[in-house]
Amino acid sequence: MTEIVISILILIGGGLSLLGAIGIIRFPDVYGRLHAATKSATLGVISIILGVFIFFYFIEGIFAGKLLLTILFVFLTAPVAGFMISKSAYNVGVKLWDKSLQDDLGEHIKQLDRKEKQKS
Amino acid sequence: MAFQILLNIGIAFLWILLRNDFTVIDFLVGYFIGFIMLFVLRGLLNFEFYGRRVYAFFKLIVLFIYKLILANIDVIKIVLSPKMDIRPGIIAVPTDLDTEWEITLLATMISLTPGTLSMNFSENGKTIYVHFIHIEDKDEAIKEIHDSFEKAILEVTK
Repeated sequence: MTEIVISILILIGGGLSLLGAIGIIRFPDVYGRLHAATKSATLGVISIILGVFIFFYFIEGIFAGKLLLTILFVFLTAPVAGFMISKSAYNVGVKLWDKSLQDDLGEHIKQLDRKEKQKS
Repeated sequence: MAFQILLNIGIAFLWILLRNDFTVIDFLVGYFIGFIMLFVLRGLLNFEFYGRRVYAFFKLIVLFIYKLILANIDVIKIVLSPKMDIRPGIIAVPTDLDTEWEITLLATMISLTPGTLSMNFSENGKTIYVHFIHIEDKDEAIKEIHDSFEKAILEVTK
């Protein structure tokens, strides 16, 4: 029974990582690719780690706390990385995809520039 | 709140000494007993029982996992659809949260659910700029973030 659960978790993890890789190729711009790279990969990595944790706990009888810590650190670092990459990409001037609907951040930055010009 | 947790740990230590058996399991049992004692005596204490916040925190985690799985399915659908029929965009999401901790938590949760990625903050920290992979309705997208994560975070901290 536990073997089935472990297999399902690891298969889901591998599948999600594969889909993340496909997403990186298929999405049109940097920001879309970031979605694929940081997100589906996150859940994929977590389900693989959960599978390994259950394997060690129920079959080998070892409580591997480090694996649970890994989940915590993946949760902590993935959003920071995504945030910094997207922010710096936007500040360097990487354009959004042509079919993008709206860009509130661009308008916000324009407004800030206008205010600074008025001051100086 | 800090005093209550201290009290709870104190009860746990009392339990260990009474049991005369120093293990982690006994500490956890003692902590649980202290938790129940505080819950029973919550009417007599002149401060608010902190279990409500613990409960709200667990509710937040369950909501987060639910949203994580739901949003993953959405992104998988987009990745596997033969025609990339998506309309991405950056939306300014206003938030009512005050402290930096709450806003950081909200931005992290937005980033971790697939389909949304927080990109930048406004100067006063009251607006988060979120990149959506597929916008169906702008107002509905903002309302969804308000109703789910923001409300749950407010329940924990307020």
